Amino acid sequence: MTDAPTRRPEPAQRTEALESLLVERGLIDPAVMDKFIKTYEQDVGPLNGAKVVAAAWTDPEYKERLLAEGTAAIKEFGFGGPQGEHIVVLEQTDDVHHVVVCTLCSCYPWPVLGLPPSWYKDPAYRARVVREPRKVLHEMGLDVPADKKIEVWDSSSEVRYLVLPQRPAGTDGWDAEALTPLVTRDAMVGVAVVAAP
Amino acid sequence: MTAVLDTAGPAAPPRANGELVFAEPWESRAFGMAVSLADAGAFTWDAFRDRLVARIAAWEAEHGAGGPGAPEFRYYACWLDALEDVLVDGGALGGDDVAARSTELAARPAGHDHRDDEHGHGHGH
Repeated sequence: MTDAPTRRPEPAQRTEALESLLVERGLIDPAVMDKFIKTYEQDVGPLNGAKVVAAAWTDPEYKERLLAEGTAAIKEFGFGGPQGEHIVVLEQTDDVHHVVVCTLCSCYPWPVLGLPPSWYKDPAYRARVVREPRKVLHEMGLDVPADKKIEVWDSSSEVRYLVLPQRPAGTDGWDAEALTPLVTRDAMVGVAVVAAP
Repeated sequence: MTAVLDTAGPAAPPRANGELVFAEPWESRAFGMAVSLADAGAFTWDAFRDRLVARIAAWEAEHGAGGPGAPEFRYYACWLDALEDVLVDGGALGGDDVAARSTELAARPAGHDHRDDEHGHGHGH
C-alpha cells in the first residue's frame, strides 16, 4: 500500500473524517459511541462466558437448558445484545473436541466472550483450522488425542458458538464461584482445554 | 468509574487471558461507529457484515492468507472500508465525502488536532 496513483488517507485520518461527517449529519452521538466502546473494551469479556460455563458445571439443570437453548440460558445472567442473538453451545466430550472459527470474517459471541482476539480474525487461522484443525491446535499448544474426533464449527450471520469445556479433574466439590477463574477464553473457543488447578 | 462486572478478585483471571482489544485508538472509533449506527438503525448488522466479508475476501484475494512475506492483515482497515461501503450504499454518505473531509482535516494547521466542540477523537484524550 505504498504509492498508489491515488493514495488513500491513512485509516486514522479517514476514521476521524468519517466520524466528523456522521456527527455533523446527526447520525451518531459521540457519547453513545463512547459508551459502546467502553462496554466492549472494558466491561464485556470472557468472564461472562466463564460464569456461564461454571454454572453449567455445577447445575445439571442449567446445563440442560444451556445446551438446548443457549441464547435464552445465557440471558438468565443478563448477558445479551449484538452478536448474541443466536448462540449455540457445543459440549466438549471424551469423544469429540469442538473448535470454532468464522471463515468469512469474525463472527464471535460478543456477549459472553467480548471482542475476538487478533488470531481469531487472522486469515491464517480462519483458513487453516478448517483444513488441518489438529495441526493448528497443536501449534496453539493443544494436542488433541488421535482417537478423538475434532469438529470445526463455522460461525455465520445466524449462529455464534460457545464451547462448553470439560470440567477439569481435581475440582470435586468446588462451587461455581471457585470454578469461574479456571475457565479461559481459549477453552471457550475450543483452542485450549481447561487445565486442572 | 465502576465497571458492571468484576475486574478484580477471584473472577478476574478469565479477562486476563485477553489482549488489547484495539491496537490503535482509531480502531475503537471505527468499531464504535459501526455498532452505534447499527443500533440506531442506520443499517442492519447483516448489511454491514456482508460488506466486511467482501472487504476481507478482497484483501485475501490480493495478499493471500498471511503466508510468508504477506503484509500484515489489518482487520480494522477492512472494517472501516466496509463501514464506508455500507453508508455509501445506503445513501448516508457520498462516495467522495470521506476523502474530501480527510483532505480538509489534513490541511489543519499543525498543533490543532482537536476541534474544541468535538468529543472523543481517536487520538486518546
